Amino acid sequence: MTRLVPTAVLAACFTFPAALTASAQSIDETINGIFASSTGWFVNLIFSNFPGTNFPWIVAWLVIAATVFTVYFGVIQFRAFGHAIALVRGDYSDPDDAGEVSHFQALATALSGTVGLGNIAGVAVAIGIGGPGATFWMILAGLLGMASKFTECTLGVKYRNEYANGKVSGGPMYYLTKGFAERGVPGGRFLAILFSIFCILGALGGGNMFQANQAHAQLTNVFGVYPGWITGIVFAGIVFAVIVGGIKSIARVTEKVVPIMGVIYVGTALIIILMNYDMIGWAFGQIFAGAFTGLGVAGGFVGALIQGFRRAAFSNEAGVGSAAIAHSAVRTKEPITEGFVSLLEPLIDTVIVCTMTALVIIITGQLISDPNTGLYLLNEAGTAIRTVGDTSGVALTSAAFSSSIGGFKYVLALAVILFAFSTMISWSYYGLKAWTYLFGESKTQELVFKSIFCLFVVIGASASLGPVIDFSDAAIFAMAVVNIIGLYVLMPIVKRELNSYWSRLKSGEIKKFT
Amino acid sequence: MSEKFVVGYDGSDVAKRALDFAVSRAKAQGGSILIVHVLEWSPYSFLTPEEIEERHARRTEELERAETALMTPLKSTIAAAGVPVETRIKYGHVAKTLCDVAKKEGATQMVIGRDGDGGLSSRVFGSVAGSLVQVAPVPCTIVP
Repeated sequence: MTRLVPTAVLAACFTFPAALTASAQSIDETINGIFASSTGWFVNLIFSNFPGTNFPWIVAWLVIAATVFTVYFGVIQFRAFGHAIALVRGDYSDPDDAGEVSHFQALATALSGTVGLGNIAGVAVAIGIGGPGATFWMILAGLLGMASKFTECTLGVKYRNEYANGKVSGGPMYYLTKGFAERGVPGGRFLAILFSIFCILGALGGGNMFQANQAHAQLTNVFGVYPGWITGIVFAGIVFAVIVGGIKSIARVTEKVVPIMGVIYVGTALIIILMNYDMIGWAFGQIFAGAFTGLGVAGGFVGALIQGFRRAAFSNEAGVGSAAIAHSAVRTKEPITEGFVSLLEPLIDTVIVCTMTALVIIITGQLISDPNTGLYLLNEAGTAIRTVGDTSGVALTSAAFSSSIGGFKYVLALAVILFAFSTMISWSYYGLKAWTYLFGESKTQELVFKSIFCLFVVIGASASLGPVIDFSDAAIFAMAVVNIIGLYVLMPIVKRELNSYWSRLKSGEIKKFT
Repeated sequence: MSEKFVVGYDGSDVAKRALDFAVSRAKAQGGSILIVHVLEWSPYSFLTPEEIEERHARRTEELERAETALMTPLKSTIAAAGVPVETRIKYGHVAKTLCDVAKKEGATQMVIGRDGDGGLSSRVFGSVAGSLVQVAPVPCTIVP
């Protein structure tokens, strides 16, 4: 089982270059055909609904887990919030440890992997289908998700592997193996292998092909239609230069630009909201009313709830296990401090950035409602709310921003491309860690995975691979199935860490340095 | 109370001149020298996941390299001149770190070099010497 899937991936890689000489159309059809027939059952399984509802069980799985962790750790997201901020500010960092990765850096890197298309395009989809009320449920799920992140990132640091050369490898595959062994629970190794396989597939799909594909879509929106392989080759070249060539300068440019883009995005959203300040009260009224009545959207308030929950889960990856990989490399004497810091992630990603997108769409009046009843009007198919320009997804966000600030679509296109790029860099690392967990740590294995990763950038940008993307999204959520089982088993260990740390913090044994 | 000179040192020619200056003064006044090498580092810069993973190994390497390439040769030559010498290697913002060390170690004077290259970047971002003039906690000598 362990060897089977990667071998298939490898084989696919070696046959693609030959196939590229054939017409692009037939490649698409072939890939779609193979994937759809062989993976459809898996996608259906992951995204299937509870019988008799249109509520996907995977969303419930994530939200229930987040709720359990929230209760189990005594609303840790609010109790430890101030302490998390102090940690990020460096108040508890020993000045003699300067030069090591700071909590801020770990948080920023993990965030760059999650803030992305979900925040721009995904929210628009959720609002377009679920109405303003979806925002309420999205924020609630984001707040709950903070507890999931806290749990997984603490474990990620606690059970990481440290090697003689000073490098570290961590993540769910390590806590599933080592943590389960420590508690005497069988099956840890099996779950770790399963997680690694899903993680590789998710990294190549949702963390790569989907990003490349959407970046290309956004480029064609602005510059007109041109072949996707051009975007693919350019992107793959840049990704290759960064992850294989170790060209730090490119990474460093994106590093600087991505957070700036994030700030510009949120800042612009705030400006638009303030420009329409008289609408703020109304917008929140719509959000609350929509959350409990639906205001005429498909599926009523349950429809709004599903969209909101789903978007939050898809966007901040709480419970998926990816953040545990990102945070585990940080040097800290107390694993739990990384957990505290990571709980800020869903807050920033979902509660702040996603909510901004939602508010701009609502406030700029993109959604059309009936002036007499106040209910939203649905499109002809009855699946989504009618919008001003008949738009959805990233185009809806773009229309909302441009309606207040003309020309913002160019900034937005740049933001989408940069977010896509930074997400790819992050996921290339998550995939790499899973790969080396399965095949061993070596330079050759790293190069093999990185080369495969770059190849998939080209494939993702050139083709419209619906089934492939469905499959890779399913793989990301399959990670959550495995990871959350692990979190339930290991949460008493986190609780012990938490109690010990909290009592030392209260007694003054853990002191501020500034 | 004997004089304690903090010298900011990065191996450049101006840094060597500053150090020579400090050593001659320390010798004359019976003082000691504390050589500080600061590796520019911001806890708010942004790293890729791989850089984060390798950071500890890199830091260890950087510290070793600075110790063997910069500090060790200096220690023996200055000690041979009869001046007590200590060294520190730190990470951080250069001017701020020099000041922190000076305060913590009870230094009485600071000596640093400047390259006098008033280029655009130092006009915009300031130079170490320029910052120290503003914030140094003890008398500070800038050696051209």
